[in-house]
Amino acid sequence: MSRYNRHIILSEIGQQGQNKISNTKVLVIGAGGLGCPILQYLTAAGIGTIGIIDFDVVNVSNLQRQVLFGNSSLGQNKAEAAKQRLKDLNNTISIIAYPKKLTYKNAINLFNQYDIIVDGSDNFETRYLVNDACIITNKPLVFGAIYKFEGQVSVFNYKNGPSYRCLFPNPPKGTVPNCSEIGVLGAVTGIIGAMQANEVLKIILELANTLSGKLMCYNALTLQNSILKINKSEKIIQFILKNKENFHKKNLIFNCEVDVDSISIESFLSKDNVQFIDVREIHEQPKIEELAVTCIPLNALKNNLDKIDATKNKVIFCQSGTRSKRAVVILHELKIKKCFCIKEGASEIKNLIHNRH
Amino acid sequence: MVITIKYFGQIAEITQLQEESLEFSGTLISELLELLYSKYNSLKLKGFQVAQNQELVSIETKLTGYEIALLPPFAGG
Repeated sequence: MSRYNRHIILSEIGQQGQNKISNTKVLVIGAGGLGCPILQYLTAAGIGTIGIIDFDVVNVSNLQRQVLFGNSSLGQNKAEAAKQRLKDLNNTISIIAYPKKLTYKNAINLFNQYDIIVDGSDNFETRYLVNDACIITNKPLVFGAIYKFEGQVSVFNYKNGPSYRCLFPNPPKGTVPNCSEIGVLGAVTGIIGAMQANEVLKIILELANTLSGKLMCYNALTLQNSILKINKSEKIIQFILKNKENFHKKNLIFNCEVDVDSISIESFLSKDNVQFIDVREIHEQPKIEELAVTCIPLNALKNNLDKIDATKNKVIFCQSGTRSKRAVVILHELKIKKCFCIKEGASEIKNLIHNRH
Repeated sequence: MVITIKYFGQIAEITQLQEESLEFSGTLISELLELLYSKYNSLKLKGFQVAQNQELVSIETKLTGYEIALLPPFAGG
């Protein structure tokens, strides 16, 4: 009995459809709450080549929803840990882990090696980067995003359809908190991720009624499901294409209209007169016990200005370098000087410290 | 006419409602939004798109529909 028998006996798939699945290369951005179910179903379905890009490491608060990981994966890079688990699920396909950050510099070259891109990232900067890179490389994008008990799913840039920017032209200026700041019900990421995997398979099998040109909004509490029509804006897409020569030179931060330079923490490690500030939520790991750190979650920053030492250099970090930028912007707006945004996330900082000793 | 307004994500947290029905006689969607801004002050601070009868439209569109949805972007994953 073939591994894919239950696919093949479906008249919509057959051996021919299964061959199409085996000949497709899919890149999944992020191996988190959405990435895990996406990867699980795509691997089981027999996608020929699956790429996984994620710079983050598994921590214990991920296990509530990131179902590819277990206690034995704690501390491991998510792309690597996911690959390890998925190889056991299906050893007949090729799985490539990229344990690094997706950037404007590496996105185009990476996307060019795949047929379909799936966005399971957790921040607007990456989502707009992924969208624009899909426009430039002309790849279909299967989009999914979560807010608490709600999810959005769509297919962008497919068969001349609209892009994410046709729906939301620019990243929001205010803050929209992510899952680690506000919480998410684990099963919701499973539902939305599985829907994304389903759209990927419909694209490969050329089945009708993909979510191209439509945004599906799902509410797990009310069980309401709305499908809204999105119109294409040729002007927005042409604007991205016109600027493609400069794409690789862009910085993640420019996209969110925040003008802050990130620097390495290394230059501060041996200095006095420094206050290290961790703007992650209290539960986030790893903690940097090696340094004297003041912990103030980003949301509580404005109410805790008394904890900030005006005379010292404020060296601000978080999990990935996104919230630290927002923190520096907030402090600049409050005219608090000598604030530095650290480009490394907490895990990288810990590694740097250990490598020095 | 009576218009049903649906709220999603952070917008629903501001209004404390998933949806509501309002009697409204204006002609543009932007006029309806002005009414909602006066009803829910912090709505103004949020970015969202508007759908009319299940189709995303510009706020300068003429109000013709019976159902309006306010849709914020989500980033979580």
